[in-house]
Amino acid sequence: MGTSSQKFAIQVEGLHKAFNGKPVLTGVDLGVPSGSIFTVVGPSGAGKSVFLKCLANIIPPDAGRILFDGSELAFGDRVSQLEFRRRCSFLFQSNALFDSLTTLENVALPLEQTTSLPNKEIRKRSLEALKQLEIDEYAGHYPAQLSGGMQKRLALARAIVTQPELVLFDEPTAGLDPLRRNAVFAMIAKYQRQFGFTALIVTHDVPEALVASDRVALLNQGRICFEGTPAEFSASTHSVVSDFRDSAAALQRELAVIRTADA
Amino acid sequence: MFYWFGRQTLQVIFGIGDYSLFTVKAFCALAKSKRLVRRIVSAVHEQGTVCLPVILIVGLFTGLVLGLQGYHVLSRFGSQGLLGTLVSLSLVREMGPVLAALMLIGQAGSALAAELGIQRNTEQIVALETMGVNSHGYLVVPRLVASLLVFPLQTAVFVVVGFWGGSLSGSLLLGVDSGVYWSAVQRAVEAQDMRECFIKAAVFGVLSISTCAYQGYHSDRNASVMGARAVSASTTRAVVFSSILVLVADYIISSFFV
Amino acid sequence: MKNTKLELSVGIFVMLGIAALAYLTIQVGTGSMLNGDTYLIESRFANAGGLHTGSTVLLAGVTVGRVEGIRMEPSDYSAIVTLRVLSTLRLPTDSMASIKTTGLIGDKFISLSPGADDTYMAAGSRITMTESAVDIESLIGKMAFGSVDKDKAQQETK
Repeated sequence: MGTSSQKFAIQVEGLHKAFNGKPVLTGVDLGVPSGSIFTVVGPSGAGKSVFLKCLANIIPPDAGRILFDGSELAFGDRVSQLEFRRRCSFLFQSNALFDSLTTLENVALPLEQTTSLPNKEIRKRSLEALKQLEIDEYAGHYPAQLSGGMQKRLALARAIVTQPELVLFDEPTAGLDPLRRNAVFAMIAKYQRQFGFTALIVTHDVPEALVASDRVALLNQGRICFEGTPAEFSASTHSVVSDFRDSAAALQRELAVIRTADA
Repeated sequence: MFYWFGRQTLQVIFGIGDYSLFTVKAFCALAKSKRLVRRIVSAVHEQGTVCLPVILIVGLFTGLVLGLQGYHVLSRFGSQGLLGTLVSLSLVREMGPVLAALMLIGQAGSALAAELGIQRNTEQIVALETMGVNSHGYLVVPRLVASLLVFPLQTAVFVVVGFWGGSLSGSLLLGVDSGVYWSAVQRAVEAQDMRECFIKAAVFGVLSISTCAYQGYHSDRNASVMGARAVSASTTRAVVFSSILVLVADYIISSFFV
Repeated sequence: MKNTKLELSVGIFVMLGIAALAYLTIQVGTGSMLNGDTYLIESRFANAGGLHTGSTVLLAGVTVGRVEGIRMEPSDYSAIVTLRVLSTLRLPTDSMASIKTTGLIGDKFISLSPGADDTYMAAGSRITMTESAVDIESLIGKMAFGSVDKDKAQQETK
């Protein structure tokens, strides 16, 4: 660590994970610089979600080390696990909102259960978080009464209310239309600057991710096969990268072949 | 065949061990849980206030039936005077704790299993964990503490209403002198019986609520069913297992007291 | 607000439950308990069948004690019944204890009949004048198959 000029928020070395003997991650090495937006892209089934869940220790990895803020995470140890979870938030693909609690209660819950703040302070902070994400007028509503975009914002409000250093995003744009996708990435970028957390995003929406993030990595078949800036990603001649990046062109070529066959 | 038997046995042992661990873990989380009182109050609401009408109705009718049946059996021997004894002892020792527990399993236990099952299904439980919230402490502990309080209270309500039911059918409809009935009730029930009654109620409470919570909490354990099916399967298991457990525990506790 | 309503309903439920609990433990549960100081006396019966721990001890129809324990005396094969009676009750030494039945097949209880002595029984002393349980089965048997000999049915111990 000391030799590295860059400070990493989270660093992964040789991460392995297999399900029922079927390898999903086969040695992932990655360093996420502090205070950056880092995007991991990759085709479906490449193990992106599993990778992120290993990081958040929802799934324990089979082998490999995870360094958080320079110190190794011992997931067997409850104290270090709690410490990590206090400083890190996870945004689920499904949002995982508490559907029987109101919007305000959803945001207040992590504060209520993990801090000893007085109730008034919790209410103030929760309302503030809602206000920042412009959903404070829905404080008394239930998650099911909100639109998809608002639910996403609520989930983000709940993630940032504890002032985490690291936020992990699992497919934040899955199932959203392009405009909404842009809005979500803009939202992440905006609040990342505002609160200064490190954002690690897993997605397969390449164009938006390239614009919004500081660094990009490509996860394919259980390993990282590219890592660099968005500019480097765009310029890369790596076959998997170019396949993935230029999928539209490939589709065009494929369709052209089909059309000529029809003709 | 033997393999199958061995595997099933091991599975049962594993299940029991896992369930015990779950309950112990929940009680250990008691100390770490924050803002517990409010959660307990809402759990008391879930198991108490919400289920009170059922307890009242079932208690009343149990008493009525006991009065009716008891009267006809006792009148064969000309000892209708013992009706109060029969009604009160069967209510206090057996019917009260067991039926109240079964009713609470049916209403509060199944709701709890389904709620936790859905929360598991929609990743809400995992979300709690990633926030650093102890999901046992947040979801299970308040329910368990509430059950320790609520089950004895519900049983007491059940028994008192049952006494009234017995007096209604016994003395109002069938003509046993109500003074004879009530004095028999008072003479028959002893401190020992009350102890048995409330120990049973508290044990049933912890057993059934922890079983329901366990089934809901681990509704994703069964690999053969997924999603909504998994929730319904775990709710069914919760109700069936906890009802069986209550009856088994009832026999064991009774055997200590007799 | 929603919260206060919840608290109110929970409060009502808990109060109701505690009221039922209190009624049961105070009114019913202790209805048969002995209030105040007690002492133990023993009595010997030829036959204590049907009597059990907790059976009532009545004097003039009033509950004055309970059966504390029953054991067998190996020397003469009689049953020794320990009674716990209220200290306020001072029994003359020549009092008599008899086992009686409520109704035809009801519970057995011990009925005390005070004697006329000037001296009173001390704690731990033994009532010698006892009357054992009437064996209803043999009584019925005699009624069915022969004459009822009342003197024999009610055996008296010395």
